[in-house]
Amino acid sequence: MPARARPTSPHWQIYRWQIGNSLSILHRVTGALLALGLIALSYWFVSLAGGADSYAAASRVFANPLGLLVLVGWTFAFLFHLLNGVRHLFWDAGRGFERTERHAGGWFAVFGAAALTLGVWIWVWHHLS
Amino acid sequence: MSLRSPLGRVLGMGSAKDGTAHWWAQRVTAVALVPLTLWFVISLLALPGLDYDTVHAWASLPSSGFLSSLLVAVLAYHSYLGTIVIVEDYVTSILPKIVSLLLLRFAYVLSGGACIFAILRVAFGFSRL
Repeated sequence: MPARARPTSPHWQIYRWQIGNSLSILHRVTGALLALGLIALSYWFVSLAGGADSYAAASRVFANPLGLLVLVGWTFAFLFHLLNGVRHLFWDAGRGFERTERHAGGWFAVFGAAALTLGVWIWVWHHLS
Repeated sequence: MSLRSPLGRVLGMGSAKDGTAHWWAQRVTAVALVPLTLWFVISLLALPGLDYDTVHAWASLPSSGFLSSLLVAVLAYHSYLGTIVIVEDYVTSILPKIVSLLLLRFAYVLSGGACIFAILRVAFGFSRL
């Protein structure tokens, strides 16, 4: 036994959830989801190379309600990962560490990604369907 | 004189001598992916439709084939760098870690390779009509 108890760090569940740690987790989660999206992208290009019939089959997979839901999710994941990734690049350059900058940047990434996702799918609805 | 123990040397513990290489490659690919992914998304959204003939004509353009191949190569590498860190963080026992890292590598080469091969088939006019 040591003469007196050594200081320990509080258990991680003690800490209050904040935008910083939430978006850090979301960045990793969206990155992992986008890794699965790479398989879908490969499937789409392979179906295109396979000809009209295989492309039509892939289109049916993507266009069913569940497929569309996943595509909307991937759109948000991509846009958030993109915007939040730019925040990371700013930090790597040694900028944007002030509290207000971090918070504003974080909310910008979340709401920016949500707004752009909406914009992309309104565009798809009007021009491509 | 080295202070490392013979056991440590045999187990391959200690500095890998390339501490910043992974981190730096992640950033370089991130910067490259900003224009590449935006080009891909905007090009698809700008098409008059996503039917086979339209998409096939777009993918047959030299610029589409070239930039799509680059996109998939850089995307696969960036995604690979990210997902191996997730495995390294959460898979703690040595054998499952080695096996999952190996499978992950194979999956990326397989998926990315198939995708680039499909893109080149369309670009060089070898896809089925």
